[in-house]
Amino acid sequence: MTGATVSPASDGVAPRRQSRVWSKLKRNRGALIGALIVGFFVIVAALAPLLPIADPTATSWTAVRKAPSALYWLGTDEIGRDIFSRMIWGAQASLLAGVVSVLIAVVIGVPFGLVSGYFGGWTDQAISRVTDALLATPFLILAIALAAFLGPSLTNAMIAIGLSATPIFIRLTRGQVLSVKTEDYVEGARAIGLSDVAIMSRYILPNVFAPILVQATLTIATAIIAEASLSFLGLGQQPPYPSWGSMLNVAKNFMTQAPWMAWWPGAAIFLVVLGFNLLGDGLRDALDPRES
Amino acid sequence: MLAFIARRLLIALPTLVLVSIFVFTLQKLLPGDPALVLAGEERDPETLAFIREKYHLNEPILYQYFYWVGGLLQGDLGVSLRTNQPVLSLIADKLPVTIQLAVMAMIIAMAIGIPTGILSAVKKGGPVDYIANFLALSGLSIPNFWLGIMLILLVSVNLGWLPASGYESIFVDPVRSLETMIMPAFVLGTALAATLMRHTRSAMLGVLKADYVRTARAKGLSERVVVIKHAFRNALLPVVTLGALLFGELLAGAVLTEQIFTIPGFGKLIVDAVFTRDYAVVQGVVLCTAAGFILMNLIADVLYVLLNPRMRNAQ
Repeated sequence: MTGATVSPASDGVAPRRQSRVWSKLKRNRGALIGALIVGFFVIVAALAPLLPIADPTATSWTAVRKAPSALYWLGTDEIGRDIFSRMIWGAQASLLAGVVSVLIAVVIGVPFGLVSGYFGGWTDQAISRVTDALLATPFLILAIALAAFLGPSLTNAMIAIGLSATPIFIRLTRGQVLSVKTEDYVEGARAIGLSDVAIMSRYILPNVFAPILVQATLTIATAIIAEASLSFLGLGQQPPYPSWGSMLNVAKNFMTQAPWMAWWPGAAIFLVVLGFNLLGDGLRDALDPRES
Repeated sequence: MLAFIARRLLIALPTLVLVSIFVFTLQKLLPGDPALVLAGEERDPETLAFIREKYHLNEPILYQYFYWVGGLLQGDLGVSLRTNQPVLSLIADKLPVTIQLAVMAMIIAMAIGIPTGILSAVKKGGPVDYIANFLALSGLSIPNFWLGIMLILLVSVNLGWLPASGYESIFVDPVRSLETMIMPAFVLGTALAATLMRHTRSAMLGVLKADYVRTARAKGLSERVVVIKHAFRNALLPVVTLGALLFGELLAGAVLTEQIFTIPGFGKLIVDAVFTRDYAVVQGVVLCTAAGFILMNLIADVLYVLLNPRMRNAQ
């Protein structure tokens, strides 16, 4: 991943580059498939309250562990809840967790990375050492530990995942800033006496944005798996509200009696994560000036 | 070389100190009085007073940290609230299980990832490359706990080929041990195989364009010799160092894999500890994982220098 630099000084370059990126993205079949998959799940999740589906928390003792049929498209679970409806509402929890936790990581990580790379010296040393220490703990183990101490809930899982993903963005932004800050236009901005904040926000941030966007897309994929993992362990979404991970957590106890309970949530996680990965890979290729 | 290792160790030290501060701060995230949490069921005033005294909870937070680190330096990671065993010995008990799982997973990942990566690079742009890339991306996208459940359904429940759970030490009954571990190791190895494949592919693509590969071809060497002897040897460098760095991913993956296959390892230890609110164990596991990761990073750096003659001479 290179720091694709856009010179703000030369008008017209940015729009041309944008259209080149867009046309490269459109030609990338993987990215298109990824965007379609992600788009589908986003629409389903957004429309969940409007769709004419069963209440995802409504139990029915006459419909316990029913196999998929015309009445229950994806079957029912161990207390007779409609899996189709739970899948759709679960999409909301999974996507929300993926997006919100990455937002947390970006909102905290990018400013720290900017400051660290821009000012250098002791500030950089201090931020970099903290980043190293955070990166030394595997992502999921850190998230599990944080979720354990914060208490199990979807919100806390999002915070835990967001904080665990923060160092990735600090390090990425810092590296990008280091390669951009010696560019002529930054020197120029400094020469005309702009403040550090103005230089960082107007000249540096727009030029380090592309790799951050790629990383954010790929990290949403990781975050969705992390949320599913935490919920699978019982540290994320709490019953009776559905999330794909918590549905799998219950499903593993009924593997022989009701295998369909495990089929759908896992397949959905796989698809949506694949979608984000395809989209992220496509974005990376499209934004990389070396790729033709 | 020794000076290089010493320098790297010096850099690792502040990281370790910071990790210890994080892990210590974790317990401060607990809502309410930590003594109440640590006391568990027994909440009579004497127990609470005893706990406050024992963990220095009445003293300033900085003092508490130093007492805690002082203990760590003497190998005292605290005592499990649930079993009353020292945390260090609990971890020492479980670690070999997870190491066996991780080593088996790594072998499977290398056996799948490296050849596929080479093949994909050599056949770049063709159907083989396309399929290999898609499989790698799928390997990265599939949640390993779901893959585990699906494999249990297929291999254990439907086909009855392998046991769905259980664990036997490789030193007691090697055959049974391999039988119980092969499926979890495969599940854990899939994502790693995908990562290894993608890195091998990109390293090979870089190397295949190099002048010495062109020279080797010009000398009339067979494509096989060119790819294996000239290209792969050089592409191996980033792959080997990556292997060491994947350690963290292996441990994190082991948490879920061990949960599904009920393997009594390191990962299951932290999950059980989370649910029994055995915070000393959670902290101990996080600390040991981070220390292990820092060590593996160091090994990766040293390996990189050892394997790369240019770097070696630069030292």
